[in-house]
Amino acid sequence: MSVNPLAFETIRTYPYASRAERAEEQVHQDSAAQTTVLGFWIYLMSDCILFAALFATFSVLGREFAGGPTGRDLFSLPYVLVETLCLLVSSFTYGMAMLGLNTFKRGDVLKWLAVTFLLGLCFIGLEVKEFVRLVGEGAGPDRSAFLSSFFALVGTHGLHVTGGLIWMAVMAVQVGLKGLKASVSVSLLCLSLFWHFLDIVWIGVFTVVYLMGSL
Amino acid sequence: MNLSIALRDSSGEKARSGLRSYATGLVLALILTFAAFGAVMSGVLPSFAAAAAIAALALVQVVVHLVYFLHMNGSPRQRWNLTALVYAALMGGILVGGSFWIMYHLNHNMMPMPMG
Amino acid sequence: MFGKLTLAAIHFDQPIIMGAFGFMIIVALSVLGLLTYFRRWKWLWTEWLTSVDHKKIGVMYIILALVMLLRGFSDAIMMRTQLAIASGGSHGYLPPEHYDQIFSAHGTIMIFFMAMPLVIGLMNIIVPLQIGARDVAFPFLNSLSFWLTVAGFGLINISLGIGDFARTGWLAYPPLSELQYSPDEGVDYWIWSVQISGIGTTLTAINFITTILKNRCPGMTLMRMPIFTWTSLCSSILIAVSFPILTVTLALLALDRYFGMHFFTNGFGGNQMMYVNLIWAWGHPEVYILVLPAFGIFSEIAATFSKKRLFGYPLMVASTLAITVLSFLVWLHHFFTMGAGADVNAFFGIMTMIIAIPTGVKVFNWLFTMYRGRVRFSTPMLWTIGFMVTFVIGGMTGVLLAVPPADFVLHNSLFLVAHFHNTIIGAVVFGCLAALTYWFPKVFGFRLNETLGKCAFWCWFVGFYLAFMPLYAVGLMGMTRRLNHYDNAAWHPYMIVAVIGAGVILCGIVFQILQLAVSIAQRKRTRDLAGDPWDGRTLEWSIPSPPPFYNFAEIPVVHTRDAFWAMKQEGIVPSRVPQTYIYMPCNTSIGVIIGGFSLVLGFALVWHIWWLAAVGAAGILASAIAYAFDENRDFYITPDQAPLLEELHSVTATAR
Repeated sequence: MSVNPLAFETIRTYPYASRAERAEEQVHQDSAAQTTVLGFWIYLMSDCILFAALFATFSVLGREFAGGPTGRDLFSLPYVLVETLCLLVSSFTYGMAMLGLNTFKRGDVLKWLAVTFLLGLCFIGLEVKEFVRLVGEGAGPDRSAFLSSFFALVGTHGLHVTGGLIWMAVMAVQVGLKGLKASVSVSLLCLSLFWHFLDIVWIGVFTVVYLMGSL
Repeated sequence: MNLSIALRDSSGEKARSGLRSYATGLVLALILTFAAFGAVMSGVLPSFAAAAAIAALALVQVVVHLVYFLHMNGSPRQRWNLTALVYAALMGGILVGGSFWIMYHLNHNMMPMPMG
Repeated sequence: MFGKLTLAAIHFDQPIIMGAFGFMIIVALSVLGLLTYFRRWKWLWTEWLTSVDHKKIGVMYIILALVMLLRGFSDAIMMRTQLAIASGGSHGYLPPEHYDQIFSAHGTIMIFFMAMPLVIGLMNIIVPLQIGARDVAFPFLNSLSFWLTVAGFGLINISLGIGDFARTGWLAYPPLSELQYSPDEGVDYWIWSVQISGIGTTLTAINFITTILKNRCPGMTLMRMPIFTWTSLCSSILIAVSFPILTVTLALLALDRYFGMHFFTNGFGGNQMMYVNLIWAWGHPEVYILVLPAFGIFSEIAATFSKKRLFGYPLMVASTLAITVLSFLVWLHHFFTMGAGADVNAFFGIMTMIIAIPTGVKVFNWLFTMYRGRVRFSTPMLWTIGFMVTFVIGGMTGVLLAVPPADFVLHNSLFLVAHFHNTIIGAVVFGCLAALTYWFPKVFGFRLNETLGKCAFWCWFVGFYLAFMPLYAVGLMGMTRRLNHYDNAAWHPYMIVAVIGAGVILCGIVFQILQLAVSIAQRKRTRDLAGDPWDGRTLEWSIPSPPPFYNFAEIPVVHTRDAFWAMKQEGIVPSRVPQTYIYMPCNTSIGVIIGGFSLVLGFALVWHIWWLAAVGAAGILASAIAYAFDENRDFYITPDQAPLLEELHSVTATAR
């Protein structure tokens, strides 16, 4: 954006004075990229614990039906299977976007980001629809401890996915505006870690909440 | 800007993040998902066996995701990632397992006694 | 329009509260007034508020912590005077509803807004300097973390005058903290101030883990890092893995209160014991988060002031790592009496005793470091010796409490209160005060007055024993915690000794304020010219005091532990003129802005002003997205620009 009045500029706009300088910056940006990815990975580990606490709560409170509806009464497993497939395939399509990134194909990246976004949106749409149905049937989060912990765990996952979708939209705009430069590609890499991580958490959710809750 | 260096350094090897990796991961994950849903929806297994089966399937699918989508391996580049994951998984396990054990005992001991 | 907020929220009829709040407002207005009078708003904004420099952020954390120390300590004085008076027929000057808020605020402030910021502030300033780095891995995130903490600080200070604070104790157990028994805004103030600052803390931990793993100078392997950096790493790991539990637990309580859910309610399947379980699964690692950096500080000081390298460095590292794992296996000892039974209690009791072992190892290592060293009894060393005596007593009472049958008698008595103050004050407070004296010259370029420092130490030390040893006694005699009045006259003399102790500590604090004032006045005489006032061993002493904004003119290359000591032995003098490119991050206002919106969000949630909460949330999201599009993240300086560096910094860093 702005240019320093004292005759040097930010990294992004300064023309390289020499190959040594360009190499120097390359090393700097590569190590900065690795550092960013490690930091993001550690954030994901803290998020793991966040979900672990929610899983712990669900495991303790998940049978407290308070005379109200149980998992078997409420869950439609085919519906959840469709949700699961949306998210799983979206993980694959994001992988395709990353391949586009690796081969510097901006068009591919945008295309696959769009597909991933749509699949993620389907997932959220289906989940919201399920929540609305549950509340309408009197099985809202205020009905029992089981339902409170259900909505908290599944809802938190859904909020994370929504956050990922917002991020994805921002990334699409950035790819469109700036192309596949270093800062954009590192951010896409972090989003990929995030997206796959959310799919991993979903494996836990559909297993522990929906499948075990239906046994 | 040559970004593939950043990606290559982070993921280990460029080959790993190829199409084959993602496709294999997808196929395996699909199989494991359908198996888990099938085990419960078909009602073939008694509930304890079903629970054990889907837990095992979930664990395997998590590993599939880690290896084929997140490209985790034992390479030196991934050392800190793997260490962090193992530590977090351990702490998460202690939290879930410990809470379950503690609360089970607390609930058992603190359950209201029948009157009279 | 204003939710639950009305003018009735301000307790005009309560003189103590009005006095305290009024005093706070006067101080705040005076600061604002001075800034305006001396025309320092631009300076404040560009040099401090939007800074991403770890040294400045660290100083701001410490200032925040010391301000809150005064408020938390005022709470302590109020409680001690109340208990010294309220025996038998006399009921003291604090009604129960007020007293309950005081002890809740005291604990919340001291842990979340005094100890944590103080420790994190020290880590911020020192760790990058010790590893030979120019800044932390994520400077913007560092700024954001600080401003989120400030948002929490703002909320809890607003709660002094507008509305009430929680009356539940610093951990707000349900069902008391549920809507049924705490219908007013107090618990909500507690939830949001802790929650918002907790997120900042988690981000700091991620920052420091990455910084320590990735930003070390060449040649500094993990086993060559200074021990304070090791303990900061382990403390950060503990934060990253325990604070999410706190985040979830506070969120679940909030869901109960705001949406009528049933996690911890009396009916509908809620389970209050699960809250206690979760909050302590966070709470126990929390105390190690506070104490590990303190152990690191004492290791550095013991070695430097004994002119001897730290004894048993590998063992110190191993014991720190052991604590990082073991601290997750003891949390039930905080609720032995809740009824989990003998098997569970026995397991956690044994684990609690085991975790005392690595700490014991450390104590021996410090003693062996001093043994046959040339010990100088400067103020930091006095704090260290005071710590060793005090903390060992506190640790012993901890092992005593770790025995479940003993804990059944002593749980929630003043014996427990004495134990945790013994360990926290003895280790964390003494450690931070030692660190402030030790590293003050590095940060500000002149030394603190030594005589006043020693007076302060002795007041704190004697005052501590006078204030807390009586509590062990009355705890054994059966006095429980959080009483605002008692009928047992036998306890009265002990309470009087305790309030005298509190008064002596107050003298210590007064000496420290005096020390600061006198030192500033005398700063030209005590200027630290070489950057190494204590003949230090680690890299932070190799740069000028105060350090230039880029820390090191040349990133050092190390090949041993105690790298600076080795350099001095070999006669190597680090260059003070930059030779290569220096990459530095730009200042940013996004941290301040997001912090501001967080304060708005928190306040709005407390008072149920939903439209305002939406504004706060939208502001946070919009700012984050704006930051994503911000190109001006860093700048670099080429070697030939070295002579102009200081001026360049203030222009470039703020060029947006």
